[in-house]
Amino acid sequence: MLVTTTKGDMDDSLLEKREGSVDNDNEYTTWTEYWLGEELVHRSVHVQLKKTVTLTSSVASF
Amino acid sequence: MANTQSMCTSFMQQLMVGEHQLGTATLVSRTSLTAPTTDTLKAALYLTTATINAATTVYTVTGEVSGTNYTAGGITVTNATAPSSTNTSATAGVAFFTPSASLTFTTVTLSTAFDCVLLYNSTQSNKAISVHTFGSQTVTAGSFSLTMPANTTSAALIRLATT
Repeated sequence: MLVTTTKGDMDDSLLEKREGSVDNDNEYTTWTEYWLGEELVHRSVHVQLKKTVTLTSSVASF
Repeated sequence: MANTQSMCTSFMQQLMVGEHQLGTATLVSRTSLTAPTTDTLKAALYLTTATINAATTVYTVTGEVSGTNYTAGGITVTNATAPSSTNTSATAGVAFFTPSASLTFTTVTLSTAFDCVLLYNSTQSNKAISVHTFGSQTVTAGSFSLTMPANTTSAALIRLATT
C-alpha cells in the first residue's frame, strides 16, 4: 500500500507503522504514524468528538 | 493562554436577533425576506497557544494553524441537516444541531501543536458559533479528521436546552 509521506508516496513495506489512541470523556482519538528510520514521515489523526456544548435557557417569571 | 470548549456568547445573542441560518426556514415576512438560504459554516484549527473561548466573537487568524495544504479560514462545514427540536416535558425541550459530515483536512502538515476547532458562520461576517477542544495534535503529510457526535437530543454538537 502506498503511503503519502514527506518524501512523496512510499510503499508501506519500507516504513515502520506505529498507532495509538486516547479515549476519554471528551474524545476518542486515534493516530497512525509511519517512520523511516528515525524520521517521522507521515502522521494522520482522527478525532471523534464526544462532548456537546449546551446553552441552557431560562425564562423569568412575572 | 489556552483554548476552552464553549458556545460563543455572541452567538447566543445573535440567535435572538436571527443572524444565523443553520437550516432553511419559512418565515413570516418582516420586509421582503421570507425564504433565506442556509448560511455557510466553516471550521478553523487553532494552536494550543491560542486563546479561543466563549469570548471569541469572530473568526481570527491570530493563533490559527498554518502549514502545507492548510488554507487560512479552514474548511467548509457540510451542514445538510437543519437544526431539530424536541419537547422533553411540558416545561422543557432541546433544540440541537450537528454538521452532517466529518470535518476532514486532507494531506496537511501541521507541525505546531493544535487542540481546538472554531465553528463559525462565514456567510454572516465570520461570526463565531462554538469552540471545541481535543488533545494536542500534530499532523505530518497526513489527514486530520473530526467525526461529529450523533445528532441526538443528548449528544448533538450544539444543544440549546430548557430545564
